[in-house]
Amino acid sequence: MDFKFTEEQERFRQEVRNFLEEELKQGSFQPSCDAWIQGYSPEFTKKVAHRGWIGLTWPKAYGGQGRSNIDRLILTEEMLRCGAPAACHWFADRQIGRSIIAFGTEEQKQELLPRILRGEAYVGLGMSEPEAGSDLASLQTRATADGDDYIIDGQKMWTSCARFMTDIYLVARTDPAAPKQRGISEFVIRANLPGITITPTIDITGSEAWAEVFFDGVRVSKNYLVGEKNRGFYQILNQLDYERAGLERLMGNYPLFDAIVQFARETKRNGRPLAEDTLVRHKLAQLQIEFEVGRLLIYRVVLVMDEGRAPNWEAAMAKVYSTAFEQHLANMAIEILGLYGQLVAGSKWVPVAGMASHSYLASKGYSLQAGTSEILRNIVALRGLGLPES
Amino acid sequence: MNFTLSEEQEMLKKIARDFLIDKCPKTLVREMVADEKGYSPEVWREMARLGWVGLAFPEKYGGNGMSFLDLAVLLEEMGRACLPSPFFSTVVLGGLPILEAGSEEQKQQYLPRIGSGETIFTLALTETSARYDAASINVKAMADKETYVISGTKLFVPDAHIADYLLCVARTNEAAATENGITLFIVDARSQGIKSTVLRTIAGDKLCEVVFDRVRVPGKNILGRLDGGWSVISRVIEQAAVAKCCEMVGSMQQVLEMTVAYAKERKQFDRHIGSFQAIQHYCANMATDVDGSRFTTYQAAWMLSEGLPCAKEVAIAKAWAGEAYSRVSTLAHQVHGAIGCTIDHDLQFYTKQGKAAALTFGDGDFYREIVAQKMGL
Ligand SMILES: Cc1cc2nc3c(=O)[nH]c(=O)nc-3n(C[C@H](O)[C@H](O)[C@H](O)COP(=O)(O)OP(=O)(O)OC[C@H]3O[C@@H](n4cnc5c(N)ncnc54)[C@H](O)[C@@H]3O)c2cc1C
Repeated sequence: MDFKFTEEQERFRQEVRNFLEEELKQGSFQPSCDAWIQGYSPEFTKKVAHRGWIGLTWPKAYGGQGRSNIDRLILTEEMLRCGAPAACHWFADRQIGRSIIAFGTEEQKQELLPRILRGEAYVGLGMSEPEAGSDLASLQTRATADGDDYIIDGQKMWTSCARFMTDIYLVARTDPAAPKQRGISEFVIRANLPGITITPTIDITGSEAWAEVFFDGVRVSKNYLVGEKNRGFYQILNQLDYERAGLERLMGNYPLFDAIVQFARETKRNGRPLAEDTLVRHKLAQLQIEFEVGRLLIYRVVLVMDEGRAPNWEAAMAKVYSTAFEQHLANMAIEILGLYGQLVAGSKWVPVAGMASHSYLASKGYSLQAGTSEILRNIVALRGLGLPES
Repeated sequence: MNFTLSEEQEMLKKIARDFLIDKCPKTLVREMVADEKGYSPEVWREMARLGWVGLAFPEKYGGNGMSFLDLAVLLEEMGRACLPSPFFSTVVLGGLPILEAGSEEQKQQYLPRIGSGETIFTLALTETSARYDAASINVKAMADKETYVISGTKLFVPDAHIADYLLCVARTNEAAATENGITLFIVDARSQGIKSTVLRTIAGDKLCEVVFDRVRVPGKNILGRLDGGWSVISRVIEQAAVAKCCEMVGSMQQVLEMTVAYAKERKQFDRHIGSFQAIQHYCANMATDVDGSRFTTYQAAWMLSEGLPCAKEVAIAKAWAGEAYSRVSTLAHQVHGAIGCTIDHDLQFYTKQGKAAALTFGDGDFYREIVAQKMGL
């Protein structure tokens, strides 16, 4: 048992910190909530790529650094701590690259991986559809073989970051006759192909968080099918574990946490700093406690990955827990702010840059995206605890 | 970073588990709740013979030279078994403080006899205010030539009725700042003027009122420095809090396993209740609370073991485990239905012990305040 990082790991953390502090000093970004999924900055992504911090864990043979998942955890922890705009590479780095490495052909690897590593492939995730949410396997978007090509028809929705994606990771039905889990394949295709239409969807905070992506006779070469035809659903499962496993589930709103603690220190009510009010102190302390528990639950997931095992129920557990924490954080922050808590960014008198009201709204989706908390509890119960199928 | 036990620790855990399954069945636990002494001297002797009592003492004091982390493993299994025993009082509240603050002579004198199971220790710390801060220490020890005379009442002293020695925390200097006038005394429990009365508690833990009526203690029985006892006690409170967490982790793990097993076996509406999603989700929530408690607890135990400052980690572990245990118990009862609420069911032991453990050595509010301070609030 050992609860500390090695000196080398600490040095790496310091290196990442120095880089981020310098960027902040130069004003290249403002810390913001949800920046890992909504913070669009190709320039920032380029800088991260330049340091070799995209694909950190990928094998060297594919241009990665062959480093541990713990190193990636350290990197993401620091990025999230200062709310750095990492959306242009986050998905590709987290799951698409790994997926291509695991299942892709040599040609796919040569084509896509270097673009991801250079910070030029912003991959959106085309999984959900109007009729396929939690029950992903019931998806209806079709990929029909036609000579050396597939023709894609259908619709995806809730595609995050669609407004700037260059590529789409797509799951589509390749065998309509087979049982639903057994007729699905994975593709990674360009987002600008003829026949693709992207229509924005505005989220509860007012931002263009997603899009509906329509496919109308989109022709792609068979070379873009990843892994085994009709085995896509099984290939995805691993990817979903990675998708939900990370610190972004716990720290997406970390800048708010920082800001609200600072606010309590600096704001006086009736002549006394809020931080001296027992109720406020205990709310913040409770958040800190909950945060630390979440951190360890996520560290465990990463340690499982470094042992070479796929984190499954462990990732599910960590995500359910962490997203509940994020919701609690936003709610507590608003409670501490009182009437000011309803003010939004840009308003006169708005505290903590409007992050509280933003997070309060945005966090409603956290327990839905990447597997709803109910689905994830099912996973913990069935695979973690071995309870019988319902 | 590594959250797994070493091979030796896994071995220790297994040996402890097997031993306790064998020697500490629930019939014993049940018997001991009503028993006057509250523990089985026979099991205690066997534990000593296995080297558990002296586990964390250096070999030169007859111990096994193992770490606090090893002790944590053992405590977890004791919690899992609901073991009624003076282990916690003797080792965590008596032996460890002597090891940390005792003179060479005191260590020579007491540690080997603790390790061999001959001597039972406990700590007389809390008073009627029932708090764990220095300001609450009002029992006085007045210097009188070579001796000190202790007077006042200690409350919630575990196992005082069977102890051979009490470590008594007393105020020796009223003029000094609250934390600077406190001294620890090793008091022979048979000294004249000591009266212990066992209180009746929810879990059957033998907590006592101990009245000191002009009890004379030789000056050489001061543990650590005169007026310098609070720093020792702060450390003891940290260790005791983590040790309680270890017991709680073991208990919670057992509650989870009992509950999952029951959900797989009990049928209603022609199906196992474990196939109902509501029940599955309760179990998933329990597992999350157990794992969260486990990691924060072992983080604190590891840091104590490594001698690292860890007031914040201890606070996080104890605040979390105490409250997590309460949620785990509630869900366990919900899944068990009425049978779990009977006095004949094992679940009741855990429900009761969990509540008692959450209260002892600092509850959630106590530790939230410490976390707030560590956050710079
Ligand atoms: C912020 C955000 C970003 C997203 N980004 C993407 C993206 O980039 N790409 C993408 O493809 N998708 C994305 N999604 C979509 C996300 O994957 C779906 O929202 C999710 O899978 C749930 O599907 P649904 O919304 O249709 O809800 P439904 O599946 O209809 O669920 C509704 C409710 O029913 C419950 N439920 C459903 N099935 C069960 C069951 N078996 N047991 C118990 N309860 C059940 C759910 O838990 C939920 O409470 C995003 C969603 C959000 C909120």
